[in-house]
Amino acid sequence: MRTAAIELVVNGTRRAIASEGEASLLSVLRDEIGLTGAKYGCGEGQCGACTVLIDGVPRRSCITKVWSVAGKAITTIEGIERDGALHPLQEAFLVEDALQCGYCTSGMIVSGVGLLKTNPHPSDAEILEFMEGNICRCGTYPRILAAIRRAAAGNGGVR
Amino acid sequence: MRRGGEVELAQDAALKRTATTANAKSPELAAVNFELERYEFGEPAVHHFELQRRDFFKAMGGGVAILVAAGRPLAAAVVAQESGGRRRRGDEDLPENIGAWLHVGEDGGITVFTGKVEIGQNIRTSLAQAVAEELRVSVASIRMNMGDTAHVPFDMGTFGSRSTPTMGLQLRRAAATAKDVLIDLAAKKWTVVRDGLVADDGRVRDPRSGRAATYAELAAGQQFAETIPEEDPLIAPAKWTVAGKSIAKVEGRDFVTGAHRYASDMVLPGMLYAKIVRPSAFGASLVSVDAKEAKAMDGVTCVVDGDFIGVAAPSEYLAGQAAKKIHAEWKSSPQPSSDGIFEYLKTHRGKGQDYDEPRPHIAGSLEAGLAAAEVKLRQNYTAAYIAHSPLEPRAAAAEWKDGALTVWTGTQRPFAVRDALAEAFHLSADRVRVLVPDMGSGYGGKHTPESAIEAARLAKAAGKPVKLVWSREEEFTWAYFRPAALIEISSGVSRDGRITAWEFHNYNSGTSGIETPYDISNQRIEFHGSDSPLRQGSYRGLAATANHFARETHMDELARAVTMDALEFRRRNLKDARLLAVLEAAAKAFGWSERKKEDGRGFGIAGGTEKGGYVAACADVRVDRASGEVKVERLLSAFECGAIVNPEHLSNQVEGAMVMGLGGALFEAIAFADGRITNPHFAQYRVPRFSDMPKTESVLVDRKDLPSAGAGETPIVGVAPAIGNAIFDATGVRLRAMPLVPDGLHVGKS
Ligand code: FES
Ligand code: FES
Repeated sequence: MRTAAIELVVNGTRRAIASEGEASLLSVLRDEIGLTGAKYGCGEGQCGACTVLIDGVPRRSCITKVWSVAGKAITTIEGIERDGALHPLQEAFLVEDALQCGYCTSGMIVSGVGLLKTNPHPSDAEILEFMEGNICRCGTYPRILAAIRRAAAGNGGVR
Repeated sequence: MRRGGEVELAQDAALKRTATTANAKSPELAAVNFELERYEFGEPAVHHFELQRRDFFKAMGGGVAILVAAGRPLAAAVVAQESGGRRRRGDEDLPENIGAWLHVGEDGGITVFTGKVEIGQNIRTSLAQAVAEELRVSVASIRMNMGDTAHVPFDMGTFGSRSTPTMGLQLRRAAATAKDVLIDLAAKKWTVVRDGLVADDGRVRDPRSGRAATYAELAAGQQFAETIPEEDPLIAPAKWTVAGKSIAKVEGRDFVTGAHRYASDMVLPGMLYAKIVRPSAFGASLVSVDAKEAKAMDGVTCVVDGDFIGVAAPSEYLAGQAAKKIHAEWKSSPQPSSDGIFEYLKTHRGKGQDYDEPRPHIAGSLEAGLAAAEVKLRQNYTAAYIAHSPLEPRAAAAEWKDGALTVWTGTQRPFAVRDALAEAFHLSADRVRVLVPDMGSGYGGKHTPESAIEAARLAKAAGKPVKLVWSREEEFTWAYFRPAALIEISSGVSRDGRITAWEFHNYNSGTSGIETPYDISNQRIEFHGSDSPLRQGSYRGLAATANHFARETHMDELARAVTMDALEFRRRNLKDARLLAVLEAAAKAFGWSERKKEDGRGFGIAGGTEKGGYVAACADVRVDRASGEVKVERLLSAFECGAIVNPEHLSNQVEGAMVMGLGGALFEAIAFADGRITNPHFAQYRVPRFSDMPKTESVLVDRKDLPSAGAGETPIVGVAPAIGNAIFDATGVRLRAMPLVPDGLHVGKS
């Protein structure tokens, strides 16, 4: 019997969650916690718009049940910026104009940050492979690739 | 009756053509007695702008306002005629037909009010930039109030690539006029002649005396409104200082930090989450429904109204649970499927459609042209239905207050959605306000009001605000599609490569880009409406994509038939200097004449023109014969759309169109049977991903001497034929169906 409320650690803050454990992490982040940066694009793990980092690894929050990430470190796009300073990859997205409508952008940046964490200087092939699950319907892929390259070329994406 | 809109339509053949193809089968929302298809591209409501000057400034605050008359000369004439003296035109009245306005407030703040909306085409930035340029202020100081029906003048919608050319020009004029007014005010203030006064950096200066006054100081205490004259002097593009340069996206930071709120991100106090129970098939009617269990759930509102079934609950999860507990039985009838669809479209002509087919375009004599031909060719081409599938699905948040309705939604036609809501809920239009947060794109797919109506219906029943976000499956199923096409071409050519006859029939998909840009004396070009089994409507480039695919593939076939280089063959049949210029520019940048044939590698070229833009594309394709894999290695587009406003964003648009074009060219196709979409998921409906990316290049041809045309659509049209022609070059296999290789290319197998 599970009675204790679920606790999530989101962007470094611990929170008790009222939602059902079966609810998706995406809906809890967006609707209960009010962090709407992660987007709904498909709800089926096929587009990457909802990507968040779980213990540093990119995960599709739409197909992640909220009970399964209790106590783990969850980072959303809102937690990528620190103390008003953009992450190098966020800067690179602006410099490369790597967005049109911007709806994929949160997921792209979070995935890219996840990539750079483990592989600070990825080859183009490695970037493409890692990012394959993220859809940009506006077709800004070449610019996103350029943005990740740019961030990697700096300090390997390290601030 | 349809005043401003009719003028727009009449002025723009492309839009008119769009309207002809817009008739659609649509799911009926019997719940609210509302026929969606009427709004697909329906007539805009007459906009009665009867604001009194003093009310206007009460709402806006004092200052200087420049209003842009919509439609200009023709519109003015029509308005005068139709209002037939009914309307008083006293000095205190402002004109009725306003396209946009610009306001310089008493604090010097500059605000632009326009019904255009941001769908990723970067119009928020480019319009601000146009105004900043004329008013000599920084782009960051311009506030853009877009698509809020309570605050902006009526607008038909953001589509048809018209936003930049028309709205950009109008606002540019308004800003130039505002600057003149401010200079006049300064001249009056200092009692000097206005000649010699300079406006820049947010102030007016008199270099003679060294005096200066900020726009705020000049606008303070004013209630000045002017409707702009026809021919205002504009700064020539060659002298543009801000607008010709690339500047960063306005509010770009909000997008990279996740702070921007799309309609689907709206949160309202006490808001519920909605889920709709959809019919089992298109056109299905409800036989019976058992919603007892759902209704019994805590905090759940359940609406069964005609064929409309929906729930609203305190969380998305609970809404989903409640919807699952509703047991509905539907009755549907057999319907055509995607197999055999082209035969169906040819044999089921225009039934149930209420528009007039345009007359065929005829020139010379086909018989004579064919008789003069040394080589004749007859081929059919097809294009599948495809989905827009914007990454942000249709979404709306609705709130009722004292019988008035406010809806936040992602739509390309805020006023049409407002009118649809007013009609659906029997309200006057001024009781409905639609706001459009910058949206997760549309590509021509977000013209209709469904999600807004559904959310509003549930909000009304619940007595609380309701948000509805369509699921991906709903988006793939209940939106509308780019029309499928069957195109038949019959042609004749002389041995020296001159086309002598050109007969072209398009079934179902439409007339955008149907006319040939080539110089052919004998032609018959005809569009035939069909009874489409799927709901269809606008899409980036619309029929121009299919028409260009067919034409430019056929051109390649003809060039081969007379053993002539594809570029040389086009040169020989082309008088249109702008098209020729982009073909040459593309060929040069691509290295067309130096290309090297290798086994399994091929090159293709294609070009065309649509909506005032000219494009040529070159493709370099590799085909692995063993696996059947087709990889587009390199895709280059040369594009010209008059004077370039912002090169960086234009390249971004052109490249985006190439990537989007790639999906429709290679593998996107909607599959359906019996009133159901059978591939309504990204796992089944393949869209371009990172690994599909060729090396993309855009070559921009800047014509500062020509007015700017829109760029959102035309660059898509060259992609499919260039790739198809390259595949033929690589393999000798001629593909005449879009998508070209949904399951790879299987040469010599099967
Ligand atoms: S919304 Fe989660 S992968 Fe698409
Ligand atoms: S920028 Fe629109 S989906 Fe990527």
